[in-house]
Amino acid sequence: MTTKAKFRFDASAIFLPGIGVLLLLLLWAITSSTLSKNLPSPAKTWEVSKPFVTAPFEKRGELDQGVARFAWYSLILVAKGYAIALLLGAPLGFILGWSKLFSKSFDPIIQVLRPVSPLAWLPLGLVLFEKSHPAALFTIAICAMWPTVLNTALGVRSIPQDYLNVARVLQLSPAKTFFKVLLPAALPYMFTGFRLSLGIAWLVIVAVEMLTGTPGIGGFLWQEYNSLIYEHIILCILTIGIVGFVLDRMMSAVEHRLKAA
Amino acid sequence: MADAFLELSGVCKGYGKGDARSEVLADIDLSVARGELVAVVGYSGAGKTTLVSLMAGLSTPDRGTITLAGKPVKGPGGERGVVFQNYSLLPWLTAFENVYLAVDQRFGDWPKEKKREHATRHLALVNLAAARDKRPSELSGGMRQRVALARALAVDPEVLLMDEPLSALDALTRATLQDEIARIWEQSKKTVVLITNDVDEALLLADRIIPLSVGPAATFGPAVAVPIPRPRDRKTMNHDARFKAVRNQVIEYLLGPGRRRGAADRAAAPVALANASDSDTVVAA
Repeated sequence: MTTKAKFRFDASAIFLPGIGVLLLLLLWAITSSTLSKNLPSPAKTWEVSKPFVTAPFEKRGELDQGVARFAWYSLILVAKGYAIALLLGAPLGFILGWSKLFSKSFDPIIQVLRPVSPLAWLPLGLVLFEKSHPAALFTIAICAMWPTVLNTALGVRSIPQDYLNVARVLQLSPAKTFFKVLLPAALPYMFTGFRLSLGIAWLVIVAVEMLTGTPGIGGFLWQEYNSLIYEHIILCILTIGIVGFVLDRMMSAVEHRLKAA
Repeated sequence: MADAFLELSGVCKGYGKGDARSEVLADIDLSVARGELVAVVGYSGAGKTTLVSLMAGLSTPDRGTITLAGKPVKGPGGERGVVFQNYSLLPWLTAFENVYLAVDQRFGDWPKEKKREHATRHLALVNLAAARDKRPSELSGGMRQRVALARALAVDPEVLLMDEPLSALDALTRATLQDEIARIWEQSKKTVVLITNDVDEALLLADRIIPLSVGPAATFGPAVAVPIPRPRDRKTMNHDARFKAVRNQVIEYLLGPGRRRGAADRAAAPVALANASDSDTVVAA
């Protein structure tokens, strides 16, 4: 009984997504052969992309590298920008969650800055830093930090009064109160913020690379569009999607472990 | 009481301002001798937790004074241990780590080995040596409350404040822990203030029972001494005339003057009556 149920679950877990992929490929093939002649067919896309996928770390030239290599450049840039976002966002969120005064003073500003697009921040970054690399980091950091700020603040506000009472009754030092009580209590919320921030950082990277011409998966995409190799646009979209998906899974695995603890 | 150790006099506490203000506690006088175990018995919502947080120093009275060994209580202090109603263990620490955190803070200058040994010994005192590396989520309610008790005792307080420590437990676990609290108290002879809504629990454990009237503006009724030698046997509680006599005195106050007190003071009879009928079940239980 249970083995059968389990078997059915496993089969559908592979089978049903497979059907989804096949249907999409079919739709794509039909569209490329009827409605939009510019859109490369799945077979053509595979054929043209093959050297980039089968030798993903190959470097044949500055603009001719494997997709994994391009994705790696992008990941490094994202990692730097994301690190800045966390280093700024987590403390800011802590203060925001802790102090009502601070929260009342700065919450409106945050709510106004939060929806601003990366496309709008990048020119400001270029004005401020005059070079594309720091401007790219600035844009990633400032776009990605808001979920960390807001979720950290929420986490701090949600710390049960009981834990604070324990810290007071035991007369814990400020450092101990922070590391043994406040931080562990807020951490599950903070990780939700970290995960959402990483998703945004990865979204922003493409726009940033396009506008600055930095080598990476987004830069490659834009360059191949300009070179009229449309197959590679699709290759890049798929690569960006898969990398983003893997990043999100990894973060949510950590998040679940923290919540279970 | 000649040698009052923990003393509250004329303590009042309320929350809110203006019309929204509600008095929780009014004119609380209490004097606890060193080594005495006093039980405060009262209705749910009467302000028992407020009373504990005042004595613990987590909040300050609006009027009146609280002194410990003659010195005014100004905030939390290591000489007062608190066992909270809902355990309040830190879920990301193991049983041992929860106790060790308290020991480490209180006896910071001890060598590490001594602190660890001290924490281990207190876990053993509450029969939890085997569960030292478990997290609170892996422990039953009774075990969690034992950890909380070990944590409170491990800082070697002069006064132990217990806020309905057993009210979240099932009846059997409750009985076991009552016996353990009696045993530990016999061994340590600490001064204890036990807050409870269970008259029988107070009968088993306390030297003196003080009934707390229904809120708002709850206050103490006349204290009732429990002149029954220890160890007390819960099996005889229902027949023994001395148990019955004390129980009757406490319950008579709680169901009589203790229930009407707030109504008489503030001429808000409908509210007070509604409160009282809500609380009937508590006393009956």
